[in-house]
Amino acid sequence: MTEETMEKAKTEVGSFKMFQAMVGIGILCALAIVVTYQTTLPVITKNKAEALEKAIYKVLPGAQTRKNFQWDGQKFSEADPSDHSLKDVIYAGLDGDGLLVGIAIEARGQGFQDAIQVLYGFDPEKEIIIGFYVLDSRETPGLGDKISSDPGFQENFKALAARLDNSGKKLEHAIQTVKHGTKSKPWEIDAITGATISSKAVGAILNHSAQFWAPIIKAHIDELRTK
Amino acid sequence: MESKPKGKLAAYFHFPQGDGLSTDEFIKGLWRENPVLVQVLGMCPTLAVTNSATNAMAMGLATLFVLVMSNILVSSLRNVIPKQVRIATYILIIATFVTVADYVIQAISLDVHKALGAFIPLIVVNCIILGRAEAFASKNGVWASFMDGLGMGVGFTFALLLLGFIREILGSGSLFGVSLFADSFQDWVIMILPSGGFFALAAWLLLFNGLKLRKKETQPEQSREEVLI
Repeated sequence: MTEETMEKAKTEVGSFKMFQAMVGIGILCALAIVVTYQTTLPVITKNKAEALEKAIYKVLPGAQTRKNFQWDGQKFSEADPSDHSLKDVIYAGLDGDGLLVGIAIEARGQGFQDAIQVLYGFDPEKEIIIGFYVLDSRETPGLGDKISSDPGFQENFKALAARLDNSGKKLEHAIQTVKHGTKSKPWEIDAITGATISSKAVGAILNHSAQFWAPIIKAHIDELRTK
Repeated sequence: MESKPKGKLAAYFHFPQGDGLSTDEFIKGLWRENPVLVQVLGMCPTLAVTNSATNAMAMGLATLFVLVMSNILVSSLRNVIPKQVRIATYILIIATFVTVADYVIQAISLDVHKALGAFIPLIVVNCIILGRAEAFASKNGVWASFMDGLGMGVGFTFALLLLGFIREILGSGSLFGVSLFADSFQDWVIMILPSGGFFALAAWLLLFNGLKLRKKETQPEQSREEVLI
């Protein structure tokens, strides 16, 4: 009996020790993560803002300055370019004379592995997409990640049609991805061989985003121009 | 490791160790027990991210950092961690350092972070790191564990770079992003695809095993001669 109780006491001490060790190390680890997060956050935010800045000029060829506009559901209002926490912001690219070149729009959607975040340039005059850039993706290296590097794929976004129908509420033809080498219509995206899912994801993201933004931008184009 | 119990015991009891042993711990990971070329561990990152030298380098350095830091922490806490929860604790420690590395890489370069994509979080389950924590750091002193982690990490980076060099040169005609050949060079696209990783790894393993075999063949002869003398 005494042996049994002793045995029991031993295991009880053991489990308390286990608990102690796990919690102690857990707290230590949590602390390390919080400290790293806090110290790297400003740098990471700055890096991301710079990357976005560069991307805006990449997807809007000819733009020299830009203005941020926030959509509040009714109208566009100019937003502070340094505030990165705002939602529903689009970027109007202006050329040297202050004329509107196009609108850069952020969009995201599910890719093959994780969400893909892209930026694309929309020309409201011609109703075409004029540039495309992948801001963040975790697609398979060597295959899916070609959506950001493949020159043939980038070629799709020089003049991808995003024309509104007569009602002006949605696109006349939905943007869609087709099998590599079968692109025949201006609103089709030629997929990358070996990266079909990622290519289709890009098509779906662009379509979803353009269906939402193109009618709004078209209807409120004067707000973007005059300000 | 078993061949020198004396050194191991010494390392356990006084942890700032003499140089002889710790240099050996370092060299061991670099060459004799190279995690990729000899132990054939951590194949997922080895095959997946070595499609360019830059990616290989970044992955190697991130793993090196996690390996060294987790080895140090596991070793210094080895008398506090109860045996029953050691694996859970090691994973906790490793996951912490991977998260730290993830943030630091994002702060240093978003492009590299973009290129490595899903593979940084996967360092947590890299068997080299857990393997070294369990097989070495939990039984050895802090200094020896540091050297062990450093050696294994450098060895891993070295092996990844070997693969990255071959795959980038043949697959993209460049090295660290710098174009090497004139436009006439036809890229071997297969080398940057996953199958190219297997080919490159196979070629290096063939070379290293061949070297080892030759060494083995020559050594017994020498010892025989010595016996004769």
